[in-house]
Amino acid sequence: MLSFIIKRILSAIPVLFMVAILVFLVLRLAPGDPAVMIAGPNATPDQLQQLRESMGLTRPLLEQLIIWLTNMAHGDMGTSLISGKPATELIMDRFGPTLALSLSTVVLAIVVAIPLGVVAAWQRGKVLDRLVMGLSVLGFSVPVFIIGYVLILVFARILGWFPVQGYQPLSNGFVPFAQRLVLPSVALSFPYIALIARIVRTNVIEVMNEDYIRTARAKGLKESAVLMGHALGNAAVPIITIIGVSIAMLIGGVVVTESVFNIPGLGRLVLESVLARDYTVIQAVILLFSAIYVVINLVVDLLYGVFDPRIRY
Amino acid sequence: MFLPKSASGLLKGALAVAFLGAGSLTAQAETTINAVMNAPLRALDPAISTAYILRNYGYMIYDTLLARDEAGKVQPQMASWTVSDDGKTYTFTLRDGLKWHDGTPVTAADCVASIARWDQVDKTGQVMASLMETMQAVDEKTFTLTFKEPTGIALLALSKPSGIPPFMMQKKVAETPVSTPITSTIGSGPFKFDASAYQPGVKAVFLKNEDYVPRSEPSSGMAGGKVVKVDKVVWTTMPDPMTAMNAMMSGEIDFIEQAPHDLLPLVEGNPDFKLQTFAKQGSQNLVRLNWTQPPFDNLKYREAALEALGQQSMLSAQVGNGKDASTTCAAVFGCSGPYATDYKADDIIKPHPEKSKELLKEAGYDGSPIMLMQATDLASLAPQGPVIAQQLRDGGFKVDVVAMDWASVVARRSSKAPVAEGGWNIFSTTNVLPDVGDPVGFIGTAAGGDSAWFGWPNVPKIEELRAAFARASDTETQVKIAKEIDQLAIDNVVMIPMGEFANINVVSSKLSGMPEAEAPVFWNVTKSE
Repeated sequence: MLSFIIKRILSAIPVLFMVAILVFLVLRLAPGDPAVMIAGPNATPDQLQQLRESMGLTRPLLEQLIIWLTNMAHGDMGTSLISGKPATELIMDRFGPTLALSLSTVVLAIVVAIPLGVVAAWQRGKVLDRLVMGLSVLGFSVPVFIIGYVLILVFARILGWFPVQGYQPLSNGFVPFAQRLVLPSVALSFPYIALIARIVRTNVIEVMNEDYIRTARAKGLKESAVLMGHALGNAAVPIITIIGVSIAMLIGGVVVTESVFNIPGLGRLVLESVLARDYTVIQAVILLFSAIYVVINLVVDLLYGVFDPRIRY
Repeated sequence: MFLPKSASGLLKGALAVAFLGAGSLTAQAETTINAVMNAPLRALDPAISTAYILRNYGYMIYDTLLARDEAGKVQPQMASWTVSDDGKTYTFTLRDGLKWHDGTPVTAADCVASIARWDQVDKTGQVMASLMETMQAVDEKTFTLTFKEPTGIALLALSKPSGIPPFMMQKKVAETPVSTPITSTIGSGPFKFDASAYQPGVKAVFLKNEDYVPRSEPSSGMAGGKVVKVDKVVWTTMPDPMTAMNAMMSGEIDFIEQAPHDLLPLVEGNPDFKLQTFAKQGSQNLVRLNWTQPPFDNLKYREAALEALGQQSMLSAQVGNGKDASTTCAAVFGCSGPYATDYKADDIIKPHPEKSKELLKEAGYDGSPIMLMQATDLASLAPQGPVIAQQLRDGGFKVDVVAMDWASVVARRSSKAPVAEGGWNIFSTTNVLPDVGDPVGFIGTAAGGDSAWFGWPNVPKIEELRAAFARASDTETQVKIAKEIDQLAIDNVVMIPMGEFANINVVSSKLSGMPEAEAPVFWNVTKSE
């Protein structure tokens, strides 16, 4: 097991290296210029050239790449071309809100979707099943920002139960922290609840036809024990896979929710940095996302072994 | 969590006291203005950027030597001045009580260094520098500017309210080369920057500068006493205007600098909010043609474009039909200032597709498409492209619209190459009226060829007139010159004015006293509970 983990971590290094080079080149080849974004619309060509020189953007591309990779190897992710702050500091500032939003969304999605999927499988073809599947189509189809606006209108504007926007760190108290996470987490969890519930339903239905389920029923077990104790456990591997994929999708997909609820997270940092062509920050955040994907995949692989003892590394 | 409103309020109150304790009761006594500004604050050097958010930031923490009052008249701010009999030497004397935020006194040497940094980057400053012979500190509180010939440029430049205003900085900061953005946030203005609370692109906090000594005159425009009447101003960035509007209606924020016009009906008529419009904070639309590439290297094609375009359709697309937040205006320097003119107003304001077709026929137009860059990510610019394209098509042009984000527009517009090699033919943008109304500094009418703004129009006579304007020391002469520049700019189609629109502030009715100035400023503003 340990050697598997070490091998996987080592294999991530070339992946991250390739991602780093790719991101660097794509950004430099894309139109745009951070000097123009700093200097504003009325800057003269001379001003722009001076700024480019001070940012090191007039150096040959290969030299810029080598400097950046060398700094990265020393743990220095660079300095924002726009704000002059270290990229690491900007990421650390924004990591907390995104982590909190992602975790609360995942927990909410799992807690709601798994029972819904199991119930739908149990009631296959009946009203409850059709209702759950109908709602899941709705969850897929309605964009997150629409759900966000509706939640804001009802629960923040009309009922006044939650603030419209913003984020408070946990260090400011649990209540303000939680108050500002409820609506965004609910909005963001809709498509994931729909996705996970459908996968749970399909896989539970599949295992319900297996011999060991018939045996369990023949032993006289209650249907709930059959479902939760036998069916769900044996359907776990594909469910874990889809949860892993959901988390990976979530990390890249929080941009809209962070914008609608004004949460200063990584999604917004990426968007702002792309619009301002803040190369160093974009590179640093994308590398971080890539590393997170690698870790999520590794955790999912390890969880396979927990839920299915036949899988060993 | 899902409780009736009254119970939820009680619960919130109880929990707030439980979590925050007595300290919060003191904190609640603070008066804080929560504002959503036009853009996120991400950089801190107001001298290297013409971005309006940096100008606004500058007015919070820095002060200026001179300032313009509500009527546009130059008034003393940090300094008073005298002019020598020959009109060549301006002597500035700093008023008493001026201190930097670190407690050290403001000196004449600081001001000389600040002007020397600013006049390298600002257009008006550059013109002033070119006319200047010497600038020197005489003593701790006095410095002089001596010019080669009599001129009124010193007062015009040092009171410049927008673009890059001449903010005063500490000498050691002002000596930073203009190629290196400064990181110091020490000013001598009415607010102090709370660096510990600053999150680039997210939040900026300004605290009342208790040591600031305001002028005794009442606040007027950018001039007069800058009396701070709140403890704190917080600028929060909200990328989604709908969220900002919802937060406004929930009482979470007090001020939105630029609310999208299509969201205004949400608060119109509600006594809890005011829709505030200051003429000086309005914007002008302009269309720019690339003089270095066919077909707009030919005057006939430029004239055809001017005839094809009209203002009302674009303004309607930006601010909505039937709104009085926009006005057609043919004057290149704007219609609310002293240089307003109606030269060729009908040609500029109304579309004349038939005239355009005639001009294209005369020019022998072969139907080659022209490339229009459309910025799609900015609310004020996104509607412009489709309107311009359709009007040009109606006028006989074949148009390719290339949609891109604003960053790509500003990158591509710097290219003088043919369209096929990454160049362009037309783009449109907006400028705020204080910048537009400055014949020396306005980029839209600069026509020095390669040294001009993107599009690179080349009309030497305009450059001569701009220099003459800078040298002129009486208003009458300046107005005459400005109107000559206007005519030349229109005759040569240096730019095409596309009308003016108001930038509407949404303000909580709890706020009052905001000065009618060229930029949103927070001194003199009170917040009632």
